[in-house]
Amino acid sequence: MVDMTIQVADNLFTGEGDSARLLAGRRRSDGKLLFPYPSGPEAENYELFELTPEGALWSWTVQRFRPKSPFDGRGDDRDFKPYAVGYIELPGELIVESRIVVDRFETLKIGLPMRITTEAYAENAAGEPVLTYAFTPVAKGLNA
Amino acid sequence: MTSVHIVGGGIHPFGRTDGSTGLDQGVFAIRQALDDAGLDWSQMEFGYGGSSAAGAADAVLPRLGLTGMQFINVNNGCATGGSSILSGYAAIKSGEFDIGIVVGFDKHPRGAFNADPEASGLPRWYGQTGMMLTTQFFGNKINRYMALNGISQETLGRVAEKAFQNAAHTPHSWRKTPVDLETIMQSQMVSDPLTKYMFCSPAEGAVALILASDRKMRELGLSGPRVRGAAIRTRPVGSFEVFAPALEIERGKSATQLAAAAAWEMAGLGPEDIDVAQLQDTECGAEIMHMAENGFCKDGEQEAMIANGDTRIGGRLPVNTDGGCLACGEPIGASGLRQIFENVEQLRGRAAGRQVEDATIAYSQVYGAPGISGCVVLER
Repeated sequence: MVDMTIQVADNLFTGEGDSARLLAGRRRSDGKLLFPYPSGPEAENYELFELTPEGALWSWTVQRFRPKSPFDGRGDDRDFKPYAVGYIELPGELIVESRIVVDRFETLKIGLPMRITTEAYAENAAGEPVLTYAFTPVAKGLNA
Repeated sequence: MTSVHIVGGGIHPFGRTDGSTGLDQGVFAIRQALDDAGLDWSQMEFGYGGSSAAGAADAVLPRLGLTGMQFINVNNGCATGGSSILSGYAAIKSGEFDIGIVVGFDKHPRGAFNADPEASGLPRWYGQTGMMLTTQFFGNKINRYMALNGISQETLGRVAEKAFQNAAHTPHSWRKTPVDLETIMQSQMVSDPLTKYMFCSPAEGAVALILASDRKMRELGLSGPRVRGAAIRTRPVGSFEVFAPALEIERGKSATQLAAAAAWEMAGLGPEDIDVAQLQDTECGAEIMHMAENGFCKDGEQEAMIANGDTRIGGRLPVNTDGGCLACGEPIGASGLRQIFENVEQLRGRAAGRQVEDATIAYSQVYGAPGISGCVVLER
């Protein structure tokens, strides 16, 4: 099947929603992980590596005002919707920065179990959704 | 061995000055510094200058006189001022020069700084998706620090409250009106847990300092605080700094911890020797965390120290006596030099209304993207 979704960048993640996987680089010489996967000549030293999809919230904050360029997400200054941004510790791998998909910011707590998803954070010139990776609290019945 | 002294200082008030360019403000500060020392521009053997958004610093030359002096433009992010003074210090310490000037000025547009991913070696998506903001870094860093070390939201508010109180007595400050704790706490949330009054703003301003060797200082009949230690360090593996898409799981030291350790060693002094400190307070959390990173307390002790008023003027360790970045704003090229200017005023007993009694040893620390810290120890 052809992947019809539009991703914000290449070599950043694969798949969509629950089946998305964040991509890092694994250095060929010693296995050290690097996120994001490097571009240009540096990429030769790294192979693509799928990061584990689950981890724990390491820290978080909320972006309450619309960022300046090069931010190209949805909304203008009037209808901008705040979003959470934080760091997720992926055990044995890395602590990665990510947008966080959550209904109520006040439910975010350090240590909260999180898993990867994707988020249509913007639309391109043709009005098609552009996906980026995100993390969201692991559904535990309540949130589902 | 040569020692390096600050024999003159000048400052253009920080804040907003319509009709005056960053360059105009830089020239103003240089003239004031020359007047302060009773020196002429033609006596300056070298200059180091920095501006991030107001053009090349060496544009001051035609305004002050084309003397043919060595002048080097410095650009090192938020630590530009710290880099200028370190360069001037090294120029004299090496024996190459005896007297010179360092200057920093800036004039930023209103609102949060605009970050360019490519300029920082980061992919464009990092900015496009709205993750490349210094404000987010500060929110993330202090949020975790508070959770792990028992720092309350009210302690953040008290840092801002103190800044505006101190600034009311500072001629060069921007926000001179005290703001009460409740207003600070209830103001608009910018990046949780930090509200509007807990963040500094980009601004305008300029500072110039004249440095001289001890020999030259005596020859000219001048005096001024001695630079006991000056160091800049960049981020090591395992640190948590601005614009980091990923961190190592094994945590390490910060750029500030490294710079502080180097400055203490050079000075042969420790945190217990300091009478007054200017610590980078881009936002309230930074001041709190930098208290520990520079060695003034252990993680978590800030909660009691700030409640006790230890960091107020008259307290055990007055911090940011001129209101810091919170009340002066942050013109990048000048900000680190403002801290040193304030310490010079304190050590010379010229900080009327905010004077730390009998201040003898002063400390300053500037911090900026992408993880650089510069520390300076001065002695009266």
